[in-house]
Amino acid sequence: MSEALNAGLALFVLALAAWMVVARDTFAAVVGFVAYGLLLTLVWVQLHGVDVALTEGAIGGGLTGAMLVAAAARLRRTEAAARAERPGWPTRAAAALLAGGVTAALAVAVLALPVPAPSLAPETAANMGATGVGNPITGVLLAFRAVDTLLETTVVLLALIGVWSLAPDRVWGGRPGPRHRADPNETLAYLARVLPPIGLVVGVYIFWVGADLPGGKFQGASIIAAMWLLAVMAGLSDAPPISRGWLRLALVGGPLVFIAIGAAGVATAGAFLAYPDGLAKLLIKAIEWALLPSLALTLALILAGVPERPAR
Amino acid sequence: MAAVMAPFVGALAAFALGGRNAQRVAMLTILAGLGIVAAAAHSGGGLVYLLGGWAPPLGIALRADGLALAMMLAVAVVVLGIGVYACAGFKTPPGEREARAPFVFWILLLAIWGSLNLVFVSGDLFTLYVALELLTFAAVPLVALDGSAETLRSALRYMLYALAGSVFYLLGTMLTYGVYGTLDITLLGARVAANPVTVTAVALMTVGLLAKTALFPLHLWLPPAHAGAPPAASAVLSGLVIKGSWFLVIRVWFDVFPGVVTMPSAQLLAGLGAAAIIVANVVALRQERLKLLVAYSTVAQIGYLFLMFPLAFDAGAAEIGRGGALTGGLLQAISHATAKAAMFMAAGLAYGALGHDRIAALAGVARALPLTVLTFALAGVALMGLPPSGAYVAKKLFFDAAGSSGQWWWELVLDTGGLLTASYVVLVLAHALVRTDAPIAPRKPVPRIAELAALALAIASLALGFVADGALGLDALWGKLTLSDLWSAVLVLAGGAAIAAAFARDLPQIFGGAGRFAFGRPLRAAAVAVGGAFAGADGILRRWPVASLALLAAAFAFGAALLAG
Repeated sequence: MSEALNAGLALFVLALAAWMVVARDTFAAVVGFVAYGLLLTLVWVQLHGVDVALTEGAIGGGLTGAMLVAAAARLRRTEAAARAERPGWPTRAAAALLAGGVTAALAVAVLALPVPAPSLAPETAANMGATGVGNPITGVLLAFRAVDTLLETTVVLLALIGVWSLAPDRVWGGRPGPRHRADPNETLAYLARVLPPIGLVVGVYIFWVGADLPGGKFQGASIIAAMWLLAVMAGLSDAPPISRGWLRLALVGGPLVFIAIGAAGVATAGAFLAYPDGLAKLLIKAIEWALLPSLALTLALILAGVPERPAR
Repeated sequence: MAAVMAPFVGALAAFALGGRNAQRVAMLTILAGLGIVAAAAHSGGGLVYLLGGWAPPLGIALRADGLALAMMLAVAVVVLGIGVYACAGFKTPPGEREARAPFVFWILLLAIWGSLNLVFVSGDLFTLYVALELLTFAAVPLVALDGSAETLRSALRYMLYALAGSVFYLLGTMLTYGVYGTLDITLLGARVAANPVTVTAVALMTVGLLAKTALFPLHLWLPPAHAGAPPAASAVLSGLVIKGSWFLVIRVWFDVFPGVVTMPSAQLLAGLGAAAIIVANVVALRQERLKLLVAYSTVAQIGYLFLMFPLAFDAGAAEIGRGGALTGGLLQAISHATAKAAMFMAAGLAYGALGHDRIAALAGVARALPLTVLTFALAGVALMGLPPSGAYVAKKLFFDAAGSSGQWWWELVLDTGGLLTASYVVLVLAHALVRTDAPIAPRKPVPRIAELAALALAIASLALGFVADGALGLDALWGKLTLSDLWSAVLVLAGGAAIAAAFARDLPQIFGGAGRFAFGRPLRAAAVAVGGAFAGADGILRRWPVASLALLAAAFAFGAALLAG
């Protein structure tokens, strides 16, 4: 049963990947991508990588999918012109040959990897006690390899600055995206009233259990961000002007708290990002609590887009 | 660790405070960071820092070896120079609380600095991936700071190609972990063995990094991106950002897989470098606009940075090793970082004063902006590798390595490159030195402090030769320069002038006639045809489909060259 399910999943994933490459219409390809993300989520569940599955669903399929849908909608007008630029058959043949070759080389390399794979999992498990948390993924992300996580939250912030940098000078400091209006009796407005309370609870729950069970701040934050965007799309709320002081503070608060706790480790535990004995779980939780709002806000504002309207 | 985190803390604080404070925070951070780096360099190399107290393979180690310290110090100095220069251009206008371009520039300058420091000290392949991503995401918005549709297109090109490079690097990292179960560079260096999976990983990582470094023929994004950005941003992008992924190639080849890389693959790498030097230098000579000329000069100079790989290869031990060639490569990179930043800054000042940067219309600039033209000339001398620049010492080290390993052909490439570099520097100076009847009035006042900052970096590039000479104990400069050195410098300049006369698009009167007289019409016509052919080839290579295919083809070529060892 499980074998048949896995084979079916693999076939579906491959078919959707091929569809994305072959589809001439941007929107059709994006739809394929979102479906592909959902299927990948199932693949990760089958591989017992529930944390990865949650991330793939929330960020790979969800957030990225929403971004691509918005981009495809904007590209509608230039779609015909882009399609006219189709390269000649020699280029396409060369591309097919080379891309096929790289794929084949990768496939051979992956099949040649040693079995069982060398892994740090046993060592991670042996050292989990020192971190006080039960989910090994959280242990890796916030203790053993905490610096990567710290820097990833900074990458997201840099991406937001990149989005903002595209604003016209005259509306710098203004509100991102258009002001959405929706008929209050329509489905969208209805969903925007019904879903956020549920979504918020789910988001915070996924975040909360992350210490000991699959879940965590990135996944929770993207669900919360999605709920807020839903309200914005339905015209029930509006994105704040990007010049607001509280907004700026909220965006950098998470990374700054992370760095501050890391720096405190120099004095109390002898190294940057080290936690003193017994306090590890508390400090990890503190970092996660500080990161959640910053991440949710950053992701939401990246999706909300370029400032387009003056603050007033 | 403080050297890595200080710029990031500064960037976050600048973001939170905003407005005019962003600039203040940035300048303070730059001064503090320079102090931290200088202190670290003073205490010496070999420092290992275990983050969180966790030892690899579970944790991540930072290692500040001599290479890392030298690069960190150089980058800190260049960042300071660029920061001082940018104080005038990226000032929040009076009456406004916050302006877009200054806000973005100051934050991203700090972020780029922090990311580079992380690239230099990180001892973990995945942390290095994160550092590369930070670097890319901080660099791309700088390209489009002026907000025009054209620069936005350049920025997108840059981002898409650089991200393709990231994916290649990440795939290689993943395969490496799959085989060896660790990402730590020192542990990997002791464990790796040449087998097909490892070779695939090295090929993928190398090509991904080359795409991010814009080594010919993977350079489609560089000329428009570096030429279209505001001058201070161009200086950051050309002088510093590309050195990040280049440095990572060194880490991967010298520290992670020294016994896996082969002589054919090192020759291939340097061969691409040689192609960059020849083609991009000629194309630079054919440019109409000064900033594009300087950008193509960067494409050529990137080529120099890869010549050291076969020179550092120890054929006896069949592995690549640290030695004079690697030191030379490092010196070349630092020399280029300072000189190219100074050159872009000078070009930017000329642009600001004239309102354009057409090379043929530079007449009178030398009289209006003598310091700026001097900066350009000194930076040019450094790029050519004339004494006493850092590049001269680097060249000497390369020559020694080439002599002892019998690879004379790289000496030929180095000399040709020096001549070609001299040609466009002489060409620009010849245009700038033409006297106009009336002195030209700058459209905007040129800030003296910016001129001085650019000049200081150009002088630093020259002084680097003395510093390196003393630090390495080469004793090749003080009182050792002979008449023949002077003679060869004059020859380089004269040869450059002759090449410029043959190839250049527009010849200034002062030596245009002489050039025609010396060469005759058929030779000039032939040179123009060759130049046109090179420019045409460059145009084809910089098309999206061709450049994408080149990326995949390069991966195959490296895979084959690695297996051929």
